[in-house]
Amino acid sequence: MADFVSEFWNWFIIIPTLVGILVWFPLIYMNKGSKTPGEAEKTGHIWDDDLEEYNNPLPGWWLNMFVITLVFGLVYLILYPGLGTFQGMLGWSSKGQYEEQVKAADETFGPIFDKYAAIDIKTLAQDADALNTGERLFANYCSVCHGSDARGAKGYPNLRDGDWLYGGEPEQIKTSILQGRKGVMPPWQDALGDNGVLDVTEYTLSLSGRDHNADAAARGKVHFDTLCAACHQPDGSGNHALGAPNLTDRIWLYGGSKESVMESVAKGRAGDMPAHQEFLGEPRVHILSAYVYSLSQELEHE
Amino acid sequence: MTSADVYNNQVVKQFAVMTVVWGIVGMLVGVFIAAQMAWPALNFDIPWLTFGRLRPLHTNAVIFAFGGSALFATSYHVVQRTCGVRLISDKLAAFTFWGWQLIIVSAAITLPLGITTSKEYAELEWPIDLLITVVWVVYAIVFFGTIAIRKIPHIYVANWFFGGFILTVAVLHVVNSAALPVSLWKSYSVFSGVQDAMVQWWYGHNAVGFFLTAGFLGIMYYFIPKQAERPVYSYRLSVVHFWALAFTYIWAGPHHLHYTALPDWAQSLGMVFSLILLAPSWGGMINGIMTLSGAWEKLRTDPILKFLIVSVSFYGMSTFEGPMMSIKTVNALSHYTDWTIGHVHSGALGWVGFISIGAMYYLIPRLFNRELYSLKLVETHFWIATVGIVLYITAMWISGIMQGLMWRAVNPDGTLTYSFVESVQAMHPYYVVRFVGGLLYLSGMLIMAYNIARTIAGHAPVRSVAAHPA
Repeated sequence: MADFVSEFWNWFIIIPTLVGILVWFPLIYMNKGSKTPGEAEKTGHIWDDDLEEYNNPLPGWWLNMFVITLVFGLVYLILYPGLGTFQGMLGWSSKGQYEEQVKAADETFGPIFDKYAAIDIKTLAQDADALNTGERLFANYCSVCHGSDARGAKGYPNLRDGDWLYGGEPEQIKTSILQGRKGVMPPWQDALGDNGVLDVTEYTLSLSGRDHNADAAARGKVHFDTLCAACHQPDGSGNHALGAPNLTDRIWLYGGSKESVMESVAKGRAGDMPAHQEFLGEPRVHILSAYVYSLSQELEHE
Repeated sequence: MTSADVYNNQVVKQFAVMTVVWGIVGMLVGVFIAAQMAWPALNFDIPWLTFGRLRPLHTNAVIFAFGGSALFATSYHVVQRTCGVRLISDKLAAFTFWGWQLIIVSAAITLPLGITTSKEYAELEWPIDLLITVVWVVYAIVFFGTIAIRKIPHIYVANWFFGGFILTVAVLHVVNSAALPVSLWKSYSVFSGVQDAMVQWWYGHNAVGFFLTAGFLGIMYYFIPKQAERPVYSYRLSVVHFWALAFTYIWAGPHHLHYTALPDWAQSLGMVFSLILLAPSWGGMINGIMTLSGAWEKLRTDPILKFLIVSVSFYGMSTFEGPMMSIKTVNALSHYTDWTIGHVHSGALGWVGFISIGAMYYLIPRLFNRELYSLKLVETHFWIATVGIVLYITAMWISGIMQGLMWRAVNPDGTLTYSFVESVQAMHPYYVVRFVGGLLYLSGMLIMAYNIARTIAGHAPVRSVAAHPA
């Protein structure tokens, strides 16, 4: 254990601990008192007119309880880590316990996931048992951002609408979950100025056929073609390779009000889907991918 | 010569009245945030009404404003009466009253504004921490100074507990609040990482151990024998359990950090000493309850004694529950659940609340030289508050254990059976019951405020001193 920089601190823990437990044995027995309860006389002191004290002996059951906890403490510290660097006779550690439990869980549950890992995602998306497992994984690991119903929230994509930032093919979904995604929309306020931001916003609204100011949109198109088209494509249909949203489908990740769109243009946006490979391992991500894929398939059947 | 000529009753009166006032304020905030847990819309999207800001306000108000005022009032009263002298300085005593009130008001302003160190039970920022330090040092001077000039050679047991509480809280506060200020309302702890966590819980658990336990045992050792008109059961038990309590409590903090980055050896020591703490804690309970032996019939007719004795019973229950929850395997289930909240409130509402309420019902009529306006209302208060506590803690036991079991439930495929939000949903009915329990307890306090106000306002007869030696 590297908790102690020198032997001194090791003994600094051990000695006070042992003394702190052992000292109570003589102390409580020396002060036990010999009289039986009720026969004890008062101490003879009087405070505030009428406050007095009997000097009854320490109750036997209380003494026994005290001794039991002291003995338990000593035995525990012989068996488990506690006395400085001494690991305890059982060799237990919380890290060891954790590793054992993970190992046992892997042995029990591993084969279930390995079986699924061999099946391709599209087929797995038809398997009711796999989807049940996937749904529970989703509820625990994904729902905090994407919602229990997977319909997302501001800044967190809806996974049921068939609209994909990074592509909705099984392998694309799996890559998003395994490796995570970083969506970067740069801020354009400095480059465009207030008017430029407004114009680009009007043009963006026009792409999906929404109400817009035609003159401003025309001016905005010039900026769009030079600054925005590189990622969002000249027609605004977006780019899965970059995670650039499609601007023509009236689906708005950060809100579709004019103010929200202006804010996106002026200040930029940063999306962060964390990577789950290390955390969940590939077999679980495989099932999750099948579950998420199945959600978008439901839509097509509706 | 009346008692007012001999003793400084003024500061005791002030703190006693503020005990009732801050009790109501702190519990009102508690009831409000309990309602928010059941109906989250009650934060009205107003930042300073959100749970995260009001929760520290609630804890600070009930512990330091209500509990603190009760401790100041009773310790000043007890130290004068049992030493047979007036407080060593009226001016310094007045300073502690106004200083403490200023601290409370500062807390009530800064916490809702979101100004916080984020250290539990030590949220106040560094300028307020400095003020606390000054007031506390003056408190120690007044208290120990009065002990030093005492006319009665033996120091009464209640004063040991008050003294232990004052000394230890000073050390805890100064060490845990050590911080580097970066602006008027922002500082960073001088400790970092797991050491900061350990210092925080060394402080946090001993705030419970010395502020909320040793201090209130001081109250118990004076007001129970007084109200019961019986001698303390055992002097030798009080000596043994005082030292055992003071020595053992200080080690128990790590049980708040089981299964964390805290090294295993520190966790084990925390657990072992928490278990050893059971007997020293129960020593106080035995002395409180057994003081009544030979006078049990008084419990039937005296509602003030009911408060005091039931308080000690809750103390015994909480101090059994605490060591049990410190056992690692139990803690693995109970930690982070509402069980902890239930445990804290059986101590806070049952022990700290009831002993303070009982002491105030004893103290305030004597200070104002009036009979209590209505004993019947005290009886009503007692039953409403008791039902409130029972509802509160049983709701939290059930929901806490349910939470713990739901979080660890696993399906045959190894996935968790419940998502977090499902466990939150399952809590709802228990949060409603907890709210009702809290509301009852608060209602009791309002009855008390009415009763006390009528008493002070002179709607009750003047006390006949001969019949009640004070």
